[in-house]
Amino acid sequence: MLRIDRATYDAIVAHAREDHPDEACGVVAGPEGSDRPERFIPMLNAARSPTFYEFDSGDLLRLYRDMDDRDEVPVVIYHSHTATEAHPSRTDIGLAAEPEAHYVLVSTREHGPQTGLVGDDVEFRSFRIVDGEVSEEEVEVVESYLFGHTPTTVVYD
Amino acid sequence: MAIEVRIPTILRTHTGGNKTVEGSGATLSALVDDLDSKHPGLKNRLVTEEGKLHRFVNVYVNDEDVRFTGALDTQVKDGDSVTILPAVAGG
Repeated sequence: MLRIDRATYDAIVAHAREDHPDEACGVVAGPEGSDRPERFIPMLNAARSPTFYEFDSGDLLRLYRDMDDRDEVPVVIYHSHTATEAHPSRTDIGLAAEPEAHYVLVSTREHGPQTGLVGDDVEFRSFRIVDGEVSEEEVEVVESYLFGHTPTTVVYD
Repeated sequence: MAIEVRIPTILRTHTGGNKTVEGSGATLSALVDDLDSKHPGLKNRLVTEEGKLHRFVNVYVNDEDVRFTGALDTQVKDGDSVTILPAVAGG
């Protein structure tokens, strides 16, 4: 299951909308071993394409250096599909190289502002991709990591 | 002195889980052969059957993408730092 806070979820969707009709991509980094996506890092799609995305090679090196320095890993790797469903494509599966990451797919094919469609749905789904095997997982959106849990005691004065 | 090579998560199955390994060679090609002799299978993950670097594997020598410095013919020397990163890409 992917647990993600509302602000980060919204930021991913906003990035996908903004870059439509090109694919948007990025990472949410988090402390190694925590499985908590905490640091939202939108990346440039060097392919600038409606059917392909790729991090620029220089950006990629800087990103991984930076995460290394902070003892972070890419907890979420996201990208958008702009004309098809939010499910990993064959290319996505073939190139997936982070078995521990949550691969988030967002589809903007039916979002309102740019497509002119009446509905305004942006699909948001999460997958694991390990050795070419895809498994979808639940997405739980919490208001924030700090306050996302039900308090055990509430004291009113 | 040797050449330090940073290994991405997905290739650490070849290096016993190590994030960095050491190797030697005068060119990237020779370095990859040396690494493969110590960590069998690594070369296959980096180099195609035609003997070229895989399109979706990025290799950097001291922060320079080797695609711009001669690919597998890129010269390396003791003290250099090599980083291997799979592309983050898809369709």
